[in-house]
Amino acid sequence: MSSMLQVRGLTRRFGGLTAVAAVDLDVAEHEFVSIIGPNGAGKTTLFNLVTGLDEADAGKVSLEGRDVTGLSPDRLAALRVARTFQHGRVFANLTVLDNVLVGAHVRFRSVRPAWPGPLSLLDPVVELALALVRPGKVKAEEARMREEALQILARFGERLLPRKDNPAYSLSYANRRRVEIGRALALGPRLLMLDEPTAGMNQTETAEMQSLIGDLKKTGLTILLIEHKLDMVMQLSDRVVVMDEGHVIANGKPADVRNDPKVIDAYLGHRRTDRPPVAEAAE
Amino acid sequence: MASWIDYTVNGIVIGNIYALLAVGLALIFGVSRLINFAHGSVYVVGAYAGFLAVTQLGTPLPVTIVLVVAVGALLGLGIERFGLRPLQGYAHIAPLLATIGISFVLDQLVQLSFSPDPRALPSSLLDTRFQVGSGTIGALDLLIGGIGLASAALLYWFLRYTKLGWAVRATAQDRDAARQMGVDVDAVHRTVFAIASGLGAVSGLLVGMYYNYIDPAMSFQATLKGVVAQVVGGVGNVPGAIAGSLLLGLVESYGIALFGTSYRNLFAFILLVIVLVLRPNGLFASRRQTPPEPMTGTFIAPSKPLNVPPKVLLGIAGLAALVPLVFPHPYLMQTLINAWLYALLGLSLTLIAGTVGLVSLGHAALLAIGGYTSALLALNFGVPVGLAILSAGLFTALLGTVLVFPSFRLRGHYLSIATLAIGEIVSLVILNWESVTRGPIGVSGIPSLSLFGIELDTDRSVYWFTLAVMVVLAALQFRLLGSHLGRVLRAVRDDDVAARSYGIRLDRYKGLAFATGSFAAGVSGAITSHIYSYINHETFNAQLSILALTIVILGGMGNVTGAIVGSVLLVGLPEVFRVAAEYRVLIYGLVLLLLVRFRPQGIMGTV
Repeated sequence: MSSMLQVRGLTRRFGGLTAVAAVDLDVAEHEFVSIIGPNGAGKTTLFNLVTGLDEADAGKVSLEGRDVTGLSPDRLAALRVARTFQHGRVFANLTVLDNVLVGAHVRFRSVRPAWPGPLSLLDPVVELALALVRPGKVKAEEARMREEALQILARFGERLLPRKDNPAYSLSYANRRRVEIGRALALGPRLLMLDEPTAGMNQTETAEMQSLIGDLKKTGLTILLIEHKLDMVMQLSDRVVVMDEGHVIANGKPADVRNDPKVIDAYLGHRRTDRPPVAEAAE
Repeated sequence: MASWIDYTVNGIVIGNIYALLAVGLALIFGVSRLINFAHGSVYVVGAYAGFLAVTQLGTPLPVTIVLVVAVGALLGLGIERFGLRPLQGYAHIAPLLATIGISFVLDQLVQLSFSPDPRALPSSLLDTRFQVGSGTIGALDLLIGGIGLASAALLYWFLRYTKLGWAVRATAQDRDAARQMGVDVDAVHRTVFAIASGLGAVSGLLVGMYYNYIDPAMSFQATLKGVVAQVVGGVGNVPGAIAGSLLLGLVESYGIALFGTSYRNLFAFILLVIVLVLRPNGLFASRRQTPPEPMTGTFIAPSKPLNVPPKVLLGIAGLAALVPLVFPHPYLMQTLINAWLYALLGLSLTLIAGTVGLVSLGHAALLAIGGYTSALLALNFGVPVGLAILSAGLFTALLGTVLVFPSFRLRGHYLSIATLAIGEIVSLVILNWESVTRGPIGVSGIPSLSLFGIELDTDRSVYWFTLAVMVVLAALQFRLLGSHLGRVLRAVRDDDVAARSYGIRLDRYKGLAFATGSFAAGVSGAITSHIYSYINHETFNAQLSILALTIVILGGMGNVTGAIVGSVLLVGLPEVFRVAAEYRVLIYGLVLLLLVRFRPQGIMGTV
């Protein structure tokens, strides 16, 4: 399997705190990797560094062998890296369908012809003209994307399709998370990064989300998942990476990681006294 | 070299006066994350309160100062209680707009009570000057320096050693945590507004005494100077505000020494834009900025817009076209011509502020660029008027976008401040660049409207022309909003972080929206200049920027129909009720205030 994402020595400091400390991470093509770890372990910061929303102090990120360190988020999106956000970032005043269509932004080609060299300064003007005139090609592209967006919404059963014309702010929390995933799928991602997709969901909703993500895995999509619900992580993942205080402390098959003493330690508390961890956790 | 000492003393004195303003702004920003645009009005009220006390009551200086502080503090409490506290939990932009409304209302009230003419504010201090080296220092200089130092010391003591001061600092650090620890956040706000406004009012009194001159128009400049000083020092940073103020005072004073008085404000605003763009956290901030917080859905009041079917809109446009035939009343037509021109301005701002979320407070500058370009093209180069208007629109789109482009990376209030400053810079360049713009004399004899060689010399033809231009641009804007661009622009507004992560290049789309909007504003300014036949640097003043904003909020942010409705209402209703001109700005301020409070989504709803 060739490497989709390769992270080497990635480091990010906030003042005195090292949120991500020399992290190495590999995700192979078609692989499903989960990152787990206590709150504040640096998982989301790692996502932000990889997707260009935050700038690393040191280290390197490569995508399919290409160095993408420090690339802006929009450039990374153009390389088909899609992500969702921990606290949810839907476009509140846009309809559900429009939210998904924004996800497909980088795939709109005929309305955004890229001219070479200095002529590219005129690109926005051309885009404006094409948006106003809307020749057949542009219309066909819009119709095709719309059709595809509806198919993506259909993946969520009856959750989103009946609400496709409702503004996102009117949706339930769980539905907003679904919209985010729909938007990510519309990008046609080569690498899909999901940041706690089931946060705030009840058991039924979580199970539904798990089966959806399982389906995505079956299509061969490369997925990097941050998740706290360990059952889901264990069932879906090919490999699990455990982070604590910015460091990767374990990396391996779900079953191996589950029994790793360092992992148990990280989850139950650090041994700073002579007391056994169980006593500490009981407090 | 004698003068250098004098200029330095002058710079420090002015810096002290700015510091009294900026410290208040910093305190208010600290606890409420709000840039208080009403601060300059408090300063003006302070100046006039001092004027009344000195001239009517004959109070001695210490009593005057105490009186002015009391008046300022009371006013601050009033602003906090009635203008801002009801807006807790509203969109981020609501309190900012409310302070703009309050400032217009207060300034107009002062103007209506005391007339817009300047007054002298006599200082009871002896006019003695002490020789210092080769320069001199006056008693008033020492007083201002002393008050500055005393206020800083008092404030330091208050924040450092009193329980309420701790509460203020705790609230500034984390409002929710402070509340949970039992801090009465409302009391903190009251205190901060009272202190800030007391200091602001004294600042007004001192500046009046220093120049022996006060007038209601100094409010806007004072707010701007306070904001500049604060931004330079780091927003919300009290010591930074003092340092920024002194720096600003010195820069201005030396600038005057080198280039002359009319450049004073130009230096201040250029300093502001440079600091905003290069060091948005202020000159003294050292840490790298942490990633911004999400603002999802908090910027714009969510609402279901009223959707008027296109056929109905066309019908209404048709009816509007019939007005000159059915009611050929010149006064009615004049009013509606104005309404269509303001509607163009509204279309421009509703796209820029409403659709893509760049709340511009300097929109009048676009009118000015368009107006001057078209007038000068037609006058100096004999360009046919129709072509001149079109070229002016395009040039406004280009120049406006180039000027604002570096500020696109700023968010929320910072962008608004930058546009405000850029607007002022444009107006000052027009005033000072005499070889091109004819400076304060203005441009006269601008050719009247004509199209393809046909003079539009009747009210009726001007009416049809402006209506047609407005309808065409409105239709194009509808089409734009219905395309993928409408979706993309609104996504940028709703959540720029998510938009970026989905491949939307923010600069490109902000620029595209700004240029498109600027075109409409430029055309509006251009047509206006040909109708007026005379324009100067005050034709398109800052009040127009606020009127534009009021139009847009009245109609509903981003709403094309709303911009037209808002314009007809705001331009038309005062005419219908024959409101005297001096009350109009008061009404605009009140309308803005009431809208923000009671119907933030506007009449037609946000889009």
